[in-house]
Amino acid sequence: MSVTKPPIPAPPSAPGAPQGAPATQVSLLEIFITFLIIGGISFGGGVVAYLRNALVVEKGWLDEEEFLTALEISQALPGLNATNMSVIVGDRLRGPVGAIVGFLGMTLPGGLLVFALGIFYVSNHGNPAMHAILAGIGAAAVGLLAAVTVQIGHKQLEHLREILLILITVVLVSFLHVSLVLVLLTVLPLALFIYRPGRGEVDEP
Amino acid sequence: MNNPHTDLSVLGVFSLLSLLAIGGGTAVLPEMKALTIDAHHWLTDSQFRDIYSLGQVAPGPNMLMVIVIGYHVAGTPGALLAFTGFFLPASVLALGSSRLWNHFDGSPWRLALQMALAPIVVGLMAAGTVAVARTAITGTETTLIAVAVFVLVYFGPKIIGAKVNPAFYIFAGGLLGYLTLT
Repeated sequence: MSVTKPPIPAPPSAPGAPQGAPATQVSLLEIFITFLIIGGISFGGGVVAYLRNALVVEKGWLDEEEFLTALEISQALPGLNATNMSVIVGDRLRGPVGAIVGFLGMTLPGGLLVFALGIFYVSNHGNPAMHAILAGIGAAAVGLLAAVTVQIGHKQLEHLREILLILITVVLVSFLHVSLVLVLLTVLPLALFIYRPGRGEVDEP
Repeated sequence: MNNPHTDLSVLGVFSLLSLLAIGGGTAVLPEMKALTIDAHHWLTDSQFRDIYSLGQVAPGPNMLMVIVIGYHVAGTPGALLAFTGFFLPASVLALGSSRLWNHFDGSPWRLALQMALAPIVVGLMAAGTVAVARTAITGTETTLIAVAVFVLVYFGPKIIGAKVNPAFYIFAGGLLGYLTLT
């Protein structure tokens, strides 16, 4: 699958432009509003499900395969899935300006809410009720993070070499407090060597 | 409190974190703690916990709490700098690389990179969980809340056959914190 990029953005389309047609016909406003809605309703994480529903099911801007490819790129690169997806899909639809518009839509609702909460937090420092609520949320977040990690890791916890790579990473970061730069510079090449192409063994994806 | 040196540090720290966030926001939490608490002394452990929790209440990308760290350190300019630092470098990289990635469609190295990243990302997420746990698990109440949420999220769908929006657990955690910790 290859994504062709038109050099010149086309003018905004009328509503009801043919779906799956050359993506240049999507208006910047529509990109902005679509990501604004995703960014505004995706409470509790799991942005990927919201993205898939909006981009594949509702708008038809990407088919399943294109969505998965964009997600693969988002996951392989630094940055958050949510914002990387907004950039990649916005770029695909309307070039760099589309990427900026998608990104702003994605981050604006949550960003403004967090900013308002942050102002409240800093000016109410020492308020015992506020700290108690945040302590409870923090504890719940730990349970949530642990569950999500185990769910994602479950697929990997069957092969010895994957378990070893997971353990090496955790020990280096959490217990030996090795800087993340060093961890990535050592463990990633090691893992790439293990999974190098043509090592005469076929893995399930 | 707003001196140019601090502003530059905020931008620098979060730009570095942006480029290190392979595997998403959770993966970079240990490094964020090390830089903001240990290296720069911008926050205490419990402030980090509080600000992380604030971020959980908002929709959208789950690391918007960097805005609050920036605000706490250097006011509104700090908020903007932390946001820009944390999101701009990775986004620019995503913009450039998505075209490159498609260029390598069918390359065996693309699959190799994905397979190599998968266990590392799980390891980094586990380390991120440990980092939050070290600030958030402070006693019996917080331990019980965390264990209860883990059990409900992990085993709940198998028992009741439906998935509950994680936001529900976040709000329930806040309520339980209010009831048991004040």
